[in-house]
Amino acid sequence: MGDAVLTEGLGKRFGTKQALDGLDLAVPEGSVLGLLGPNGAGKTTAVRVLTTLLRPDAGRAEVGGHDVARDPTAVRRAIGLTGQHTTVDDILTGRENLVMWGRLFHLPQRAAARRADELLEQFGLTDAADRRAKTYSGGMRRRLDVASSLVLAPRVFFLDEPTTGLDPRNRGEVWAALRGLVAGGTTVVMTTQYLDEADQLADRIAVLDEGRKVAEGTPSELKSRIGGDRIDVLLRDADDLPAAADVLARAASGPVEVDAPLRRLSAPVRDRVAALTGVVRALDHAGLTVEDIGVRRPTLDEVFLHLTGKPAAPAAKQSAQNEIGVPA
Amino acid sequence: MTTSTFAVPARGSALRWTVADSWVVARRDLLHWVRNPSVIIASVAFPAMFVLLFGFVFGSAITVPGGGDYREFLMPGMFAQAMVNGAAATVAAVAADKARGVTDRFRSMPMAPGAPVVGRSVADVVNSVLDLVVLVGLGLLVGWQAHGGVAGALAAVGLLLLLRFAMIWVGIYLGLVVSQEAAGLAWAPLFPLTMIANTFVHPSQLPGWLGPLADWNPLSATVTAVRELFGNAGPVGAQASWAEQNAMLLAVAWPLVIVAVFLPLAVRRYRRPAA
Repeated sequence: MGDAVLTEGLGKRFGTKQALDGLDLAVPEGSVLGLLGPNGAGKTTAVRVLTTLLRPDAGRAEVGGHDVARDPTAVRRAIGLTGQHTTVDDILTGRENLVMWGRLFHLPQRAAARRADELLEQFGLTDAADRRAKTYSGGMRRRLDVASSLVLAPRVFFLDEPTTGLDPRNRGEVWAALRGLVAGGTTVVMTTQYLDEADQLADRIAVLDEGRKVAEGTPSELKSRIGGDRIDVLLRDADDLPAAADVLARAASGPVEVDAPLRRLSAPVRDRVAALTGVVRALDHAGLTVEDIGVRRPTLDEVFLHLTGKPAAPAAKQSAQNEIGVPA
Repeated sequence: MTTSTFAVPARGSALRWTVADSWVVARRDLLHWVRNPSVIIASVAFPAMFVLLFGFVFGSAITVPGGGDYREFLMPGMFAQAMVNGAAATVAAVAADKARGVTDRFRSMPMAPGAPVVGRSVADVVNSVLDLVVLVGLGLLVGWQAHGGVAGALAAVGLLLLLRFAMIWVGIYLGLVVSQEAAGLAWAPLFPLTMIANTFVHPSQLPGWLGPLADWNPLSATVTAVRELFGNAGPVGAQASWAEQNAMLLAVAWPLVIVAVFLPLAVRRYRRPAA
């Protein structure tokens, strides 16, 4: 199978800001790539270049086998785009929205109506089809927006921050709809600031920072890059912290982190099962009472911090940089 | 991949799709007016208020050079003012589409590239015909009449719509350039544009430095020409400026010049935004 999306040395500058700085991406047909990064990392610029909305000023990009700069019309026939803003027309009903987009994709009237029915069914909007979109919930609007992009069943579907601003329940609804799409084999390129979103939906994740790719891999590859598994220990008594840290240090493959106020210890380990059994036995032997203990993989937040030196979430990023400096 | 037997686009020439796609966009824009009547009411209430204010309040103290009824003099000015002010609605609608990402979605689709702007202009022309019908009705109510015959009246309506058409392209261009917040202020520059003209008083009655500005205002050419065509004009005196004497020519030329400048700017801006 070929690559549905391929970029080489892609560059785009706005004034003095280098939004994309030599971006290389390859997205195999039928896979889902998550573009992950903080605000200003170049995610949206990358999507805008790949969907022919912006011309790159360096490098090249192919989507569905067509060059975005030389043959934008062919690219537009091969893609669907759901941008950051919901383009749903509130004045129209859900069905009218979809029929309108169908007509603009040049479907004959009857085919546009049938296709609208199919999409309403696929995205669970049949019951609300003839209500004006302004009565829809955030999740329904987003699903209608996604459906509008899929009228032509595009080969490559671009999603720019699909669930930004949605509450958890609505996010879940949108994820479920996207999972169905992915299972159908559509190639998807999505940007997100939410690590759990990338973790849930993407086959591979490319981490962007300042217009460049700083890491790429499957979610579990990225997690293992920062040292694999960790053992977390929660103690009953804070006085036991130094003794427990000694025990943990003997099993650990790296430094032990101590969070005194929370009575919590954490350390990286190599062989998860052997290390866990060893630590449990040693803690018991030393007479230390443990409230909770477990082995876990690092979260993508930790991966992101490790790769870029800054946390992923924009709010966390601000407070981290303003108040306590960039964590090591 | 999602398969559907219905997701097969029809074929056709570039011209066919420009017409078809523009109509889909225009239809959507018109549905917004039909289903959101508050916008229509607002766009009619404003000129209605002006007709009443100037026709009966200020008008009582205004004299028309060469004599004649002030409300007869006023109505052609009101028609043209409404045509120019309509640009504010165009700016607002275009800026709203841009802010909601609708413009980007259009641009990422294999639809006819000119359709979103052409569709918008068609919808706004239809919409300005409605504005004009309401204003003419209002004029008849306050005692205005067309004395120039059917051909003259049709020519006057044609000139008014030509001015509106030109202002639509100014509106589309500005809507693509400015932010949605700034678009809400589009009336601010239009207000003096429609007042520093011969809309309410004859330029010879303005201070010496302001008169020529009003004389050369593109709006004034349309107003003078429409007054002549509707038979609402006083006699053109010997002291009339060149612009006034050639109002008919300028009423055609000004809008064409504006279209020649702003139509290409708007289309180019739509296809290649700055950022």
